[in-house]
Amino acid sequence: MKRFKGFVRKEFYHIFRDKRSLFILFGMPIAQILLFGFAITNEINNVDIAVLDHSRDATTGEIINKIAASKYFSINEFIERETDIESVFQKGKIKAVLNFEKNFSRNLIRDNTATIQIITDATDPNTANTISNYTSSILRNYQQELNRDIQLAYQVLPEIRMVYNPELKGVFMFVPGVMTIILMLVSAMMTSISITREKELGTMEILLVSPLKPVLIIIGKVVPYIFLSVINAIVIIVLSIFVFKMPIQGSLFLLGVESVLFIITSLSLGILISTISTTQQTAMMVSLMGLMLPTILLSGFIFPISSMPVPLQVISNIIPAKWFIVLLKGIMLKGVGIVYLWKETLLLFGMALFFIVVSVRKYKIRLE
Amino acid sequence: MDNQPIIQVESLTKRFGDFSAVDAITFKVDKGEIFGFLGANGAGKTTAMKMLIGISNPTSGKAHVAGYDVFTQAESIKKSIGYMSQKFALYDDLTVKENITFFGGIYGLSGAQIKEKTALMIEELELHEVAHQLVGALPLGWKQKISFSVALLHNPKIVFLDEPTGGVDPITRRQFWEMIYKTAHNGTTVFVTTHYMDEAEYCDRVSIMVNGKIEALDTPKRLKEQFEVDSMNDVFLKLARG
Amino acid sequence: MKRIGYIIQKEFRQIFRNKAMLPIIFVMPLIQLLILSNAATFEVKNIKFSYIDHDHTSASRSLIEKFEVSSYFNVISDFPSASLANSAMLNGEVDVILEIPGNLERDLVKDKYVKLGIAINAINGAAAGVESVYINQIVRDFNKAIKVELVGQPQSSGPPISIATIPLFWYNETLNYKTFMVPGILVMLVTMITLFLSGMNIVREKEIGTLEQINVTPIRKSQFIIGKLFPFWVIGMALLSIGLIISKLIFDVPMVGSLALMYFYTSIYILVVLGIGLFISNYTDTQQQAMFIAWFFMVIFILMSGLFTPIESMPGWAQIITEFNPVKYFVEVMRMVMLKGSNLEDILPQLLKTLVYALAMNGLAVWSYKKTT
Repeated sequence: MKRFKGFVRKEFYHIFRDKRSLFILFGMPIAQILLFGFAITNEINNVDIAVLDHSRDATTGEIINKIAASKYFSINEFIERETDIESVFQKGKIKAVLNFEKNFSRNLIRDNTATIQIITDATDPNTANTISNYTSSILRNYQQELNRDIQLAYQVLPEIRMVYNPELKGVFMFVPGVMTIILMLVSAMMTSISITREKELGTMEILLVSPLKPVLIIIGKVVPYIFLSVINAIVIIVLSIFVFKMPIQGSLFLLGVESVLFIITSLSLGILISTISTTQQTAMMVSLMGLMLPTILLSGFIFPISSMPVPLQVISNIIPAKWFIVLLKGIMLKGVGIVYLWKETLLLFGMALFFIVVSVRKYKIRLE
Repeated sequence: MDNQPIIQVESLTKRFGDFSAVDAITFKVDKGEIFGFLGANGAGKTTAMKMLIGISNPTSGKAHVAGYDVFTQAESIKKSIGYMSQKFALYDDLTVKENITFFGGIYGLSGAQIKEKTALMIEELELHEVAHQLVGALPLGWKQKISFSVALLHNPKIVFLDEPTGGVDPITRRQFWEMIYKTAHNGTTVFVTTHYMDEAEYCDRVSIMVNGKIEALDTPKRLKEQFEVDSMNDVFLKLARG
Repeated sequence: MKRIGYIIQKEFRQIFRNKAMLPIIFVMPLIQLLILSNAATFEVKNIKFSYIDHDHTSASRSLIEKFEVSSYFNVISDFPSASLANSAMLNGEVDVILEIPGNLERDLVKDKYVKLGIAINAINGAAAGVESVYINQIVRDFNKAIKVELVGQPQSSGPPISIATIPLFWYNETLNYKTFMVPGILVMLVTMITLFLSGMNIVREKEIGTLEQINVTPIRKSQFIIGKLFPFWVIGMALLSIGLIISKLIFDVPMVGSLALMYFYTSIYILVVLGIGLFISNYTDTQQQAMFIAWFFMVIFILMSGLFTPIESMPGWAQIITEFNPVKYFVEVMRMVMLKGSNLEDILPQLLKTLVYALAMNGLAVWSYKKTT
């Protein structure tokens, strides 16, 4: 036990002597969470649109004013011809064109119907869809006003209640994701090179002849980084609460415990990468290239997993980040306790165990 | 021109904050000499050498190497000198031949010259078997010899060797010094640092650095007489004890 | 000039001899391109729907049926009580709860309108917004149908006025997210590889001691840096080419604009990334530090590129920061040229900014590389 403590202490010294790395390890996650918490959102604001008004009468004017008044849109240009649409899109600034047909008011009065085309630049399909939806709702509201005098008969009126996030704040969706991504990547990267570095520097031999059991060596390498990552996690959580006003509806204690569990899982993943890589460069490239995009894309951080094709939904289950995001959202936004979250907790625990066991086995092979 | 010392150093100093790694050293080296730059580990030898080969700027003092000022003409110096670092810096993931080709090319040798030199080196060092092997797979002694030869590819006037015999057995060391003799015999000046005092016997003149200063500078014979001892090792012990 | 050639030769030899790295450089990104491109979608579908039916009449059932046949919603289950339903939402089993009040049919005829309670899990605010649009559409359809059923003809003062809105999605009629995402993910992958390789390159030579050896040779700084740039530039362009082929063959991403323009722009873009990498490499002492710094920038580049969340949605100061994000320009150019067929004149602003960026970064890389310290 004393040997183990001595080993862990040595690992601590290694880390704390490298001042520059320390600065990077702490400073960067903080900078990132601040940056992303404010910048990453898919609420749309002031989208530049253009208007092609073939009628230019009172009604179209009213509608245009309504659109201009909305905080979602900013009417940037008035174009004259259909042929202008193409060039305006190609320039890249305008994202949508509202095309009012000729004789709009007259058609409304005479035929009770008139047409507006909502032409969106769908090279960004998400924004296009959102713009389309928002414009449609503004127009629908206007339509309802026109029909005010007509009785509302035999209608079912949906009263929609937004649960857990009544103000539809983008932060609630993204901050848990950002927290997870940063914690996971930093932790995995930290440990991914810890074993390969010993290999390259040649200090591995010293470890190999030591009487410490391989499992203790592996665990001993993870322990100092737990300490570092926990500090990171605390800073990130504090920032989320005070700067981004994330609530913690559930138990802070549970949040802490789950965070430590996730950290251990990420660190173990790093160690696993370390044991299967022969050089530092390989270990780093694997943890960087192999983890970054899959974690961002398959964890549910930005893209809803339920919308992905089924094979990908299955794959997403092996991404530890996915489960931690569920845990974070559950504890912080839904306010649930372990009763609802035991499945995810057990999964993370199992993954951590798996990574450690495989690492120890790979490490033992190297011993022989 | 031939009478000018090929290395001239005057009060050369390198300070890191308060600490003087090299403290106002003065000496000169003549053309064709084998000059031993001795001292214990940490005495300042490598730091001093780095200034002479133009990869470290002096804090104060003057030095001229091969006729160029180390402070203002560092790049010109590099055309006339060769260098063998402590780590025998060759690329472990390239073959012997590929390393020679690379460094030869960096020094501006033509394709024909590189071919000629490669053949020569393989002959002289008996590298026929390993010419196409990765350097990383070779034993230390071979890396050392190849590293030395690579430093001489462009026929430099001076070759700087930083602890070239670290970690090899006495026989290999002896062989290496034979190579050094041959080189000096051809007119190349050899500036070598080492902490092996017995190697000092092989040099024309030696200097001994202690804590950043040069405490002794003469031929091995005269130093032994001066300190009334039989070996350079004892000279050093006497100096170090102060 | 020839000296640059020798550096290039050495780098290529080292890259291709490194058996462990080759799959990481070529295979890993392409596999990720194939798999992950399918993940990126903002479509809202398979919405986990549940209901509580207090009414149990043909009216309530026909309402529920409308949700059952909708392709957007998956009816997971029905609950006898609100508390059970809420519990399921807490558990993540359902995301929408529809509560149909008792006496729906009766009240409809009597009061002429009935309020319907709907709870939506709004953690993903944007998705919740879309879900409510879908729900409103379905309810409207139901209203039209039931009005006819219950009463025959509506007794109103006249036919309602309707403004017909026709959404048209240009360049991507089917709102195919892949069209948008695949080029973007390809950009990310090419950027990652080139940044990481260049970022660790010079540091590694520092660590093994060969950099010192090179510094004692008369090779010029600019020759050295150019020699380092070229091999990675080639790798970047090669990756891009293979990626483009995959985009076309497997994902059928359109290539409306000029391929030559695409390549021209990319060749300059890669220089920016490499310049950043080499610059990082000059300032760090260990490969670990280089990796962390490269990672730091890469995550920022990815998340603030406009690929996943629109730049227009970011606060002003964040948008200014994106001006320095080379990936943002690449994503813009990629979309404009590949999908809209924009020409040189259209992408001139991005091209010029990228060019300036490339010159600046590589200049910095050369300047910060010190042969003498």
